[in-house]
Amino acid sequence: MRLTRTRAVVVGLMLAVTTACGGNAGSDDSGKKVEADKDAAASLPADSHMKELADKGEITIGVKFDQPGLGFKDAASDVPTGFDVEIAKILAAGLGIDPASDKVKWVETISDNREPFLQKGRVDLVLASYSITDERKQIVGQTGPYMLTGQQVLVKKDSNIKGIEDLKGKEVCSAEGSTSLENVNAKGAKGVGAETYSACAEDVMAGSVPAMSTDGSILLGLAAQNEGELKVVGDEFSEEHIGVGYPKQYPEMCEWINETLQKSFDNGDWADAFESTLGKSGSETPEPPKLDACKS
Amino acid sequence: MSVLFDNWDLLLVAFAHTVLLFLIAGLLSLLFGTLLAAMRVGPIGVLRKAAGVFVTLVRNTPLLILLVFFRIAGPKIGIQFNWVDIVWGDIRMTAFFAAGAVALTLYTSAFVCEAIRSGINAVPVGQAEAARAIGLPFTDVMRAVVLPQAVRASVPPLASVQIALLKNSTVTGVFGVTEAFSRMRLFTNDFPTQRVGIFIGFALIFVLLVEIVSFGANRLERRWRIA
Amino acid sequence: MSASLLFDSPGPRTIARHRMYTVIAVVALIAIVGYAVIRLADAGQFEYDMWEVFITPRYDKVILIDGVLNTLRMAFSAIIGAVVIGVIFGIGKLSDHAFVRWPCWAFVEFFRAVPVLLLMVLFYYQYGITRGETGAYWSVVFALTVYNGAVLAEVFRAGVLAVPAGQAEAAYAMGMRKSQVMMIIQLPQAVKIMIPAIISQCVVALKDTSLGYAVTAPGLTFVGKQIYVGFANYVPTVIVIAAIYILLNLILTAIATWVQKRFVGEHKIDMYEVGGGMATGGGF
Repeated sequence: MRLTRTRAVVVGLMLAVTTACGGNAGSDDSGKKVEADKDAAASLPADSHMKELADKGEITIGVKFDQPGLGFKDAASDVPTGFDVEIAKILAAGLGIDPASDKVKWVETISDNREPFLQKGRVDLVLASYSITDERKQIVGQTGPYMLTGQQVLVKKDSNIKGIEDLKGKEVCSAEGSTSLENVNAKGAKGVGAETYSACAEDVMAGSVPAMSTDGSILLGLAAQNEGELKVVGDEFSEEHIGVGYPKQYPEMCEWINETLQKSFDNGDWADAFESTLGKSGSETPEPPKLDACKS
Repeated sequence: MSVLFDNWDLLLVAFAHTVLLFLIAGLLSLLFGTLLAAMRVGPIGVLRKAAGVFVTLVRNTPLLILLVFFRIAGPKIGIQFNWVDIVWGDIRMTAFFAAGAVALTLYTSAFVCEAIRSGINAVPVGQAEAARAIGLPFTDVMRAVVLPQAVRASVPPLASVQIALLKNSTVTGVFGVTEAFSRMRLFTNDFPTQRVGIFIGFALIFVLLVEIVSFGANRLERRWRIA
Repeated sequence: MSASLLFDSPGPRTIARHRMYTVIAVVALIAIVGYAVIRLADAGQFEYDMWEVFITPRYDKVILIDGVLNTLRMAFSAIIGAVVIGVIFGIGKLSDHAFVRWPCWAFVEFFRAVPVLLLMVLFYYQYGITRGETGAYWSVVFALTVYNGAVLAEVFRAGVLAVPAGQAEAAYAMGMRKSQVMMIIQLPQAVKIMIPAIISQCVVALKDTSLGYAVTAPGLTFVGKQIYVGFANYVPTVIVIAAIYILLNLILTAIATWVQKRFVGEHKIDMYEVGGGMATGGGF
C-alpha cells in the first residue's frame, strides 16, 4: 500500500518534470487559406437550400478525422486538414461563409454513419472519401466526382508481389467496412479488416499480412510516411469516384456543387488544394476529373 | 433475426473461432496461471516479486491495450506470429488469431493466478500445520494435503474467470479476428433493420455457451465435494 | 494460510540452493526485459521524435482532458447507474413474489452472460449512430450501466444474505414489515459489506470504457488512436496509454482499500463470497 502510493507520487513527479520541459510536436498547419466568396453567395437562387445556408451563415460538414492527407484532425487542433477538407472549404466559401471561422462546423463521419447523418440532417454536406455508387444514390444525393482514385496494393520493399492477382487466397488488409475491403474479396484475396489504414501499414511492415490495399493516393501517403520500407505496386484494379454527399431532399444542391467544383477546377484552386495536401507526399497533381451530370 | 438463419454457415464459422480462442487461451492460461501462482507462494523472493508485479500490471490494464500491443508493438520486438498458418476450411488461424490468443492467455492467466491463490488461502491453516507436524517436506505438503483442497476451493472463481475469457474473446474481433463480435458487426451494418433481432440471436448463443461452462463447473464442484 | 507454513525455515544447504535459484531467476528476468528493450531501441522506438508528443503541453492537455476526463466521466456515470439498477434488481431477486423474482432473475442472468462489446455495438447502431460523438459516449455508458448493474444485482443479493440472519429475525419479532426490515436493518449493513465489491466493479468499468474504441467513443483509447495515426508512433503511444490506465486503476484500488479499512474495520470480508470481486476480476 505504501509502495503503491510512493510509486504513484514518483510517476506524478516525473510527469510534472517532463511537461515542464515542453516538447513541440505537431505542426500548426491549418491548410490553405480560402476566402469567402460573397459575390457567388449573392447570386444563389432564391429559396434554394444553399440560400438558406448562406443566410444562416453556418454550415456543418462531415469529413474523416483519421485519414491523414484526406481528412485528419490532429489530437490537439480544433479543425481537420486534408484534401477533402480543402474542397469542403471551397464549397463553404461558395456560400459566402468564411471557412476559417467557427461558422463551419466539422463533424467526424465514419464509413457507417455517412448516410444516417445526411438523412437526419446532422450534416449539410459530406466529403469523406465518399465513393459515388448507385446504391448510395438511392438514399442520399451524391455528385462530383472531385477525385478519381483506383485501388492498388502496398507491400514491403523487398516483396515480389506485383499486384492483386498474386494475392489470390492470401490475406490482404484494408479498413473495416470499406469498399476497398469488398473489392479485395471480389478479386479472390482474403480481406482482413483493421481499424485504420495506418494500422494496416504497420501490419504489412511487421509481416503479419503480405499486403494491404486501398486507394492509391492513401497508399502513397503511407509509403511516404514510412520512408522506404513500403512500395506501391500493381495497376489500379478498381475505380472509385470520390464525390460530395448532400441530403436527397435538396436536389438543387447538385447543380450548385457541380458549378462550384468546376470553377475550382478551372481557376486552379483544386490543383492548389491537391498540392497542399496529397501532393506533399510526392504524388503528381492529376488532371481534374470530369463531373457527372446532375439528373433532373 | 432471419438473416441469422439465412447465413447460419457464416455464424457457425464465427462461433467456431470464438470457441477455439476460448479453448486454446483457456488451457494455456490455466497452465501459465498455475505457474504464476506457484511463483507467488514459493520460497524464492525474486520470483514472488516478479510474479506479483506481472499480475498487478496485467490486471490493471484493459485487454484492448494488450491486444493493441501484440498486434502493433509486438512485431517490433520480434514477437511475430506469421509462422502460424492453420486453415481448416473457412476457419483461419493465422497471425491475428495467434496474437489474440496470446493476449487473451496472458490477460486471463493473471486472474487464474489470483483465483488459485485464493483457493490456496482457503485451505484451513491447521491442515498445513498438521502436515508439517508429522514431518512432511514441502513437496509432499503441497502434493498430498494443500493442493487437492486448494483445487477444490478454486473451482468457483476459476469458472468465473473462464466465463469472463469466453466473453473477452469478443474483443479480439476489434482487431481482425473473424469471430462472433466482428461477424455481428458486419451483419448489423449490412442489415440495419434487423439490428435488435441480430443482437438477441448472438446474445442467446453466448448465454448458451456461458451456461454450458457454468454447468460443467458445477458438475466438477459437485464431484469433488466432500461435505 | 500463509506461504511460510508450507515449508520449514531453510537450513544452510537450502539457503545456498535458494540463492542459486535467485541468481538464475534474476539473470533470466533481466535477459527477457533487456532483450525487449534492445529490440525496441533497434527498431527506433526510443527516438525523441516518437516521444516528443507526450511532453508537448498542448497534447498533454488533450490527453488529460479529452482522454482521461472523458474516460473517468463515462466510468462514473456507468457505475452510478449500475448501482441503481443493481439495487432494484437485487432486491427484486429477493422478493417473495415469484412474478417479481423470475423476470429479475432472467434480466440479471441474460445481461451477465452477454459480452459488453455486443451491448455497446447494439446501442450505438440502434440509437447512437445519428448523434455522433455524444451518441457513442452514451451508448458506452448505457452498455456499461446495464452490464455492471446485472453484476451488482448479484453482489447486492449476496450482500443482503450475508447480513447475519439474527438481525432480520429480531426485526420481524419486533413486528416490522418486510420492506421496513429491508430498508432499515438489512440494506445499511449490506452496503458496508458490498463497498469493496462495488469499487472493484469501478475498476472493471474503467477498463471497459476502453472498449468504446470499437464505436469511436471519446476517451483515452480514442485520443491514443488520434495520436498514433498522426505521428506513427504506435509503441510509445501504447506504452503511455497503458501506463495511464494502470495508474488510474491503482489509484482506484488504493481508494478501495482505504474505504474498506475506514468503513468496514476489522470485520473480515471474504472477498469471494460477495460476488467474486477483485480476485476474479468480475466480468472483464
